[in-house]
Amino acid sequence: MPAAEIDVRLSGIRKTYGDVVAVDELDLDIKTGEFFTLLGPSGSGKTTTLRLIAGFERPDRGRIALGGRDVTNRAPYERDVNTVFQDYALFPHMTVADNVAYGLRVKGVPKAERKRRVQEILRVVRLPDVGRRKPVQLSGGQRQRIALARSLVNAPKVLLLDEPLGALDLKLRQEMQIELKRIQREVSEVGITFVYVTHDQEEALTMSDRLAVFNEGRIEQIGTPAEVYERPSTQFVAGFVGVSNVLERGGRTFTVRPEKIQMHFDETGGGELGRIEDVVYVGMFTRYIVELDSGGELTVVRQNLETSSQEALESRGKRVRLEWRPEHTFVIERGGGA
Amino acid sequence: MGARHRLSSAFWRRPWLKAALLLTPPLAAFVLVYLAALVSLFVSSFWSVDAFTGKLIHQWTLQNFHDLLHSNGTYLRIAGRTIGIAAAVTITDAVLAFPLAYFMARLAGRRVRALLFVLVLLPLWSSYLVRIYAWQTILSHNGALNWSLNKIGLPDANLAYTNWAMWIVFSYVWLPFMIIPVFAAVERIPDSFIEASGDLGARGRRTFRSVVLPLALPGVVAGSIFTFSLTLGDFITPLLVGGNSSSFIGNVVEDFIGINGNIPFSAAFATVPVIVMAAYLLIARKLGAFEAL
Repeated sequence: MPAAEIDVRLSGIRKTYGDVVAVDELDLDIKTGEFFTLLGPSGSGKTTTLRLIAGFERPDRGRIALGGRDVTNRAPYERDVNTVFQDYALFPHMTVADNVAYGLRVKGVPKAERKRRVQEILRVVRLPDVGRRKPVQLSGGQRQRIALARSLVNAPKVLLLDEPLGALDLKLRQEMQIELKRIQREVSEVGITFVYVTHDQEEALTMSDRLAVFNEGRIEQIGTPAEVYERPSTQFVAGFVGVSNVLERGGRTFTVRPEKIQMHFDETGGGELGRIEDVVYVGMFTRYIVELDSGGELTVVRQNLETSSQEALESRGKRVRLEWRPEHTFVIERGGGA
Repeated sequence: MGARHRLSSAFWRRPWLKAALLLTPPLAAFVLVYLAALVSLFVSSFWSVDAFTGKLIHQWTLQNFHDLLHSNGTYLRIAGRTIGIAAAVTITDAVLAFPLAYFMARLAGRRVRALLFVLVLLPLWSSYLVRIYAWQTILSHNGALNWSLNKIGLPDANLAYTNWAMWIVFSYVWLPFMIIPVFAAVERIPDSFIEASGDLGARGRRTFRSVVLPLALPGVVAGSIFTFSLTLGDFITPLLVGGNSSSFIGNVVEDFIGINGNIPFSAAFATVPVIVMAAYLLIARKLGAFEAL
């Protein structure tokens, strides 16, 4: 795939609903073929951004370009993008096959080719035999796949996904995350860009090539999952992506990730001294909340290599020494609110 | 354990008991009043009346139906007029109601919507008779319509006491019964369906034809059942704004009962609208109008 090409470009976007500023000063470049995630809490402007790209909303200010072409004033049906809706929005009066074929039929694709492409895409989403059913006869996960198929069959330049896994239970959601990545790889020869909206930081980290963290209508940080996770640039990002481990020492605000901290049950040596306030046993690992003598609180994560749940829970109240390597701390901007 | 407690636990153990208790009064009323009336209507249509004494003869005969069909076409013409105007009124109301209901459900703000609701329902607060008399005044020779037409230099429109007048008045009085169900159906269509259609490349007209209309159809059918059946059974509007030769089935029924005392013949004629409605509902079901219910 031609990686450097810009597929979606938003510049200087502002969108308000009455007095509420949904997004402001938004600049965003999404490359062709990448899996790009808009991550943020509800009301942070990520869904508005997606709807602006789709053309369901018009910006008050700024330009939107798709594949180098300005589409700011183009209607949704004039844009080479397709959306997978949060509620799937499958037409209840049509069969699954008619739903999937809808976009092709509207564009006047001949019947034989339509049929072939619908069958092909139903195979990609691994539901080749449900074409004759109505959407109500499908399970939530199946409906999700059909919604995906209905968009993908049109081979759009950009595929927009609005919290598509939000309505599924945890197990199914994890399955669909893997499934989605597989489908993306399968269609990547066509070079479809995926723009994905979610409030789930784990989902964003596991699935994305790059992501943008939204907060109160603005982008706080753009980067690869590793960059955003390990080197959050603001306090908000540090708190929203992973655990907020923010300390202030000597007028300097920095963050250190919980798994990068070593915890010793002695008080001789370097590092910070403190006391274990709380212990959360999570099976694979244990989370310790440590109150530091010099002020502040850090979360430490330890693999349960040799500790049992009993031992872990008994460590509450114990004195500990925390150590971390200086290269694992990152100075962040104050503000943003965590 | 008190009696109330025992009763509620009995309900909990037997859910059908609750349903039975809830449904008995309305079902009893329905069976007794409605079905019994319908059956007696149907049965009496096969009896006859003694021409001299005016007494009912309880003997099965098809004479009433034979008379309906072989009377120089008079009764067939009346039935045709009734059904024809009912159909015209239904189509008119559907065409008038759809844009308004669509606007109310999808485009209007909350205040405008509330205002329109009041305006739609307002006529129903006044008597049906008053509204028909009002139309009589509007359409009469010296009425408001001709006065307005003359003012802008147009000749009189002689609509009073014609089938056109009935069509206008019926369309007016039954319009709210079409607007409300169509509004309810259009309002139930999620925004995302319409967005999805546009997203998949469909322009407004295509979206309307392929998504909005099929999903709103049950509302249109529900409304049409009102407008069609209400027109079919009416005899007041033909009496007040229709002309000499604009009788409806209802007028004939009334004449035969009131003047001739011939209940069997009236009953026979009155089964016509029942059969027409039944056929209409069957066709509507065939067309899939109730699938989205």
